[in-house]
Amino acid sequence: MTHPVAIIGVGWSGFRPVTPDVSYKELIYEAAVRAYADAGVDPRRDVDSFVTVSEDFHEGTSIFDEYVPDQIGGAQRPVHTITGDGLHGLAAAVMQILTGRFRVVVVEGHSKASNILTLPHITAYALDPILNRPLQVNPLAVAALEACRYMHESGATREQCGAVVTKNRRNALRNPAAAYGADLRTEDVLASEVVASPLARLEISDHADGAIVIVLADAETARRLSPHPAWIRGIGWANDSPSLESRCWARAVYAERAAAMAYKMAGIGNPVEEIQFAEVDDTYAYKELQHLEALGLCAQGRAGPLTREGATAPDGCLPVNVSGGSLGVGHLLEASGLARVLEVVLQLRGHAGSRQLGDVYTGLAQSWRGVPTTSGAVAVLSNQLGGRES
Amino acid sequence: MTQRIASYPGTALSEEDIERGHVLSVHDQLRADYAWDAGLAIGLYLDGLKAGVILGVRCRRCDRTVVPPRAFCEQCFAPMDAFVPLADVGIVNTFSLCYVTWDVKRIVEPLIPAVIDLDGTSPPAGIMHLLGGVVPDRVHIGMRVRAVWKPARARQGAITDIRYFKPLRRG
Repeated sequence: MTHPVAIIGVGWSGFRPVTPDVSYKELIYEAAVRAYADAGVDPRRDVDSFVTVSEDFHEGTSIFDEYVPDQIGGAQRPVHTITGDGLHGLAAAVMQILTGRFRVVVVEGHSKASNILTLPHITAYALDPILNRPLQVNPLAVAALEACRYMHESGATREQCGAVVTKNRRNALRNPAAAYGADLRTEDVLASEVVASPLARLEISDHADGAIVIVLADAETARRLSPHPAWIRGIGWANDSPSLESRCWARAVYAERAAAMAYKMAGIGNPVEEIQFAEVDDTYAYKELQHLEALGLCAQGRAGPLTREGATAPDGCLPVNVSGGSLGVGHLLEASGLARVLEVVLQLRGHAGSRQLGDVYTGLAQSWRGVPTTSGAVAVLSNQLGGRES
Repeated sequence: MTQRIASYPGTALSEEDIERGHVLSVHDQLRADYAWDAGLAIGLYLDGLKAGVILGVRCRRCDRTVVPPRAFCEQCFAPMDAFVPLADVGIVNTFSLCYVTWDVKRIVEPLIPAVIDLDGTSPPAGIMHLLGGVVPDRVHIGMRVRAVWKPARARQGAITDIRYFKPLRRG
């Protein structure tokens, strides 16, 4: 990347199953104040543009982008909202900086999932109204159908999916921000009620409330302001053919394409060698396995066995979701991708507390927009430009 | 029909099919239920309305008082926690005589939405409400108005605890 972009500030509030004490604006404000203090910027003076991510039906307000500026310091400033995951917002911010017209750009994502009393109904409304919705199938079944085909083709087992759950929820015990840390056994996961086969209750992430704000800057500004910039070496996003009738049910094609785009930008030829740790989407336990394979971090069909062997544990050769992932942190709706980025940044800075990995310099964050989408994004971050040597 | 075509395929539409909505459109009801957390600032505001008080908040840094109260200043980004009771009197900043309801029905007596700059606040900090007890043609920018409250028992901690604002002098 000729004109690199770095993350120079991160802030978050939450993550908790409910947040009755604050409005979404107050929740976001807390995260924003932290991020600006962390970056050493005044949003009213130093930030050139703001990007937020949200989905109107999740907020209960049409044209929700009109409700975002005040609490991030963006009143009377350039602000726009993307109806996508936080990593899509991050990509937009990177592009704005690459134009040369913006030096400091902010990305915001949040979840007030506890305020949505009928979330399954909202999600069901994402299904095609003519071809799919009349069948009145819970949208969770879309994930179940994919899990079924993925496990059939890859050979992944329910025990291996269970191992993802126990690992991530145990990892969350070391993350003070995580909502769902727990010490479970694989048998506990397998014994939980089947919701839509092959998915059992404990393989499905619960939602949490929270907000995440990330401050990005061009190279010159980043070097001036930040003692520990996290360089965005590559970023990519992609969709599969999304209809239920035309998509690939076994592989996460969107993640394969998004990763290819990010790796190309980062100049990464062999991700297994160059990516030291990853934060990937684990909305459902099988998704972590499917995504690891799509990202080329292991061979097809190998993610399950590697997980069972402990290779993706914090002390393994490829730590995955040290934060706890969505299973351990809680699913944060559109902010989920930013939660993955947040952990990569903290790890690269050496600020991850008792879950800090030793000697890491390159990490990957990946997001998926949830059922019924085939939409995802990937970012590769390093604490050194041009790899370890520079 | 024509010489070559004895009958067209398909089912003929009737007027009744259209009237009853069997064709051309689909009716659906999305269940979208929300329980928004009002939060500290708006929570206090709604509590105040229930008690018959309009609460504003003061930004010490910007030296201005705004309503409805908020937990932070959108101008200087400092936190705000100096909540202050305001008089329920102010002037009309802008208004409209609205002859259609929110669900697009024609009405003869207009609804009068107005933005009211309450005494003691710093513009722009007008609250959106309704005018009442006034001859529509007499409404004007700068008109002084006072809140007409629901009886204390009927108040719920909602913006509708104020029924409307009416002119201080006979309109």
